[in-house]
Amino acid sequence: MRAGQLLQRYGVLVALALLVLFGSLRYEGFLSTYNVFTVLGYNSMFGLVALGMAFVIMTGGIDLSVGSVAAFASVIAALLSPFGLWPALLGAVAAATLLGLINGVVVAYLKILPFVATLAMLLAARGLALLFAGNQSVSVDSEHGFTTLGQGNIGGVPFTAILLFVAFAVGAVVLRSTRFGRHVLAVGGNEEAARLMGLPVERTLVWVYVLSGALAGLAGVILASQFGAGQPTEGLGWELTAIAAVVVGGTLLTGGSGSIGSTLVGVLLLGIIFNILNFENGRGTISLSAYWQSVIRGAFLLLVVVLQNQLTRRRASGGG
Amino acid sequence: MTRPGRTTAPPPVLGQARRKRTTSPLLGPLVALVLLFLFNALFTPNFLTTQTLNVNLTQVATVVIVAVGMTLVIATGGIDLSVGALMAISGAVAPMLFLNPPFGNAALGIGLAFTVPVLVAGVFGLFNGSLVTRFGIQPFIATLILFIAGRGIAQVMTNGQLQTFSNSTFGYIGLGRPFGIPFQVILMLAVVALFAWVVSRTVFGRYVLAVGGNEAAARLAGIPTNRVKLAVYGISGLLSGLAGLIVIAINSSSDANQVGLNMELDAIAAVAVGGTALTGGRATILGTLLGALIIQLIRYTLLARGVPDAVALVVKAAIILVAVYIQRQRR
Repeated sequence: MRAGQLLQRYGVLVALALLVLFGSLRYEGFLSTYNVFTVLGYNSMFGLVALGMAFVIMTGGIDLSVGSVAAFASVIAALLSPFGLWPALLGAVAAATLLGLINGVVVAYLKILPFVATLAMLLAARGLALLFAGNQSVSVDSEHGFTTLGQGNIGGVPFTAILLFVAFAVGAVVLRSTRFGRHVLAVGGNEEAARLMGLPVERTLVWVYVLSGALAGLAGVILASQFGAGQPTEGLGWELTAIAAVVVGGTLLTGGSGSIGSTLVGVLLLGIIFNILNFENGRGTISLSAYWQSVIRGAFLLLVVVLQNQLTRRRASGGG
Repeated sequence: MTRPGRTTAPPPVLGQARRKRTTSPLLGPLVALVLLFLFNALFTPNFLTTQTLNVNLTQVATVVIVAVGMTLVIATGGIDLSVGALMAISGAVAPMLFLNPPFGNAALGIGLAFTVPVLVAGVFGLFNGSLVTRFGIQPFIATLILFIAGRGIAQVMTNGQLQTFSNSTFGYIGLGRPFGIPFQVILMLAVVALFAWVVSRTVFGRYVLAVGGNEAAARLAGIPTNRVKLAVYGISGLLSGLAGLIVIAINSSSDANQVGLNMELDAIAAVAVGGTALTGGRATILGTLLGALIIQLIRYTLLARGVPDAVALVVKAAIILVAVYIQRQRR
């Protein structure tokens, strides 16, 4: 492999390693289990959403509705929380999956651009969330075990972090070793060719949006469980954070290629930037308000896409 | 963004093609708007009053102004997610200029407050454009950067705090009423008229459509595709800046957290409902005006009927889908 290719594939991983190294040298407690698990626990929501988004993007589509679908699911989960963890979890994920199914059917069979179809769902799911919640946040019943999902742990490892890694491991296996995974890449690579080869293009498209909806739903359940309330107005801009994570992970928005592992790296990278800013603020060397975080995140995204672009260009022109 | 399903929009030929293409996509939205208007005239009490008219027009004015820029961007096959953030930046810059006027000269401060914020937003628009043209970054990602960072920039500038002011000269842009017509409505109509003319009658307008229709062909035909794309993002930025001024003038305050929130969605929805192909190559500025009016009138109708805003969101989503689906069928 040439240097350019190597950099493109492992560049984000190197960047993540450098950031972690920087953080561990500079801050006391950066690598403490508490901090690591806090970062993982908090970013599990974005990670799950980004995992679904990665599959959608690999088909050449986009899912703008994930944030409001998650908000909708958080409301449903909170409403069902008096019945216990499992009913709330399954009910909310099922409801979110249904919205994902609608996205998929509209994209695959009505042939409406994914951008428009999921934009409409962004509005509709927000409306449904507000409607079910009666325009305010719905507090969770903490007596029947629902909050263990977001706040519990096994031997100190939070459930949410375990969930995150399990989901990504399953996602990676699905992409690499199943027929569905190959179909996803084939459809994203060239939809017409995939159809001519007899692949079930429409069904594959429906499934990726269903998957994205279900994972957004799961993120919504975690949201409700972590914060103790269903939040109909949460999730603003989640879709863009997820897309940013996928892009930082090196998956091209044109579809047809991509990596699940890199997406996780992308999620962690964006999360750690936040974390480092918090430490910096804590040290008092700088006092950056929370508002700087989005500026820095944007600047970081800029840096990554420009670098990626330079690398791919150089490769395309044979400079390697 | 996703690849367009149909890559070859026929190149815009002057003359007959123009006549055909600008009248037919307008018909659907126009009929829908007339039906909505008639329905309200018959069933909504106090609908046919100048006050109701003014309320609807003032509420829609900023969306239309932003959506006109969005129409041009979409016509080149792009998208601009940063419009709301640019509104917030423009809204944050303006009060600084007239609350602390340079050299203590109030008139100068006001003059700068009308121009500098709009230009700043325009420069950010050019930044978007240069990412798209110079670095070849997909428009969706290129403008996502300022979507994330732009509102943050506005918040950092104001430290996230609400800036309140009372300045009647500046406030005129949002509250003035020459001949009883709200000033922002006049601005809106001027912007629509200007760009409807630009799209249908100028070389630049034809270039925009050609770039969106088939960029490679346009480049081979000697069209400066990069400069055209740079220009549409610049224009989108300028118009967002203008809309930002109007919003803060109406409120007599500027809140970087709120100004222009979700504006990109409203603008894209107006463009889609108005009949502009989201795959590029076609644009109808009047359609965008109609699209925004339709969405506004539906919302007003629902609210007037006591339907909660949450349901109105669901209905709006359905309208967008139906409108886009019907357009697909027609093609």
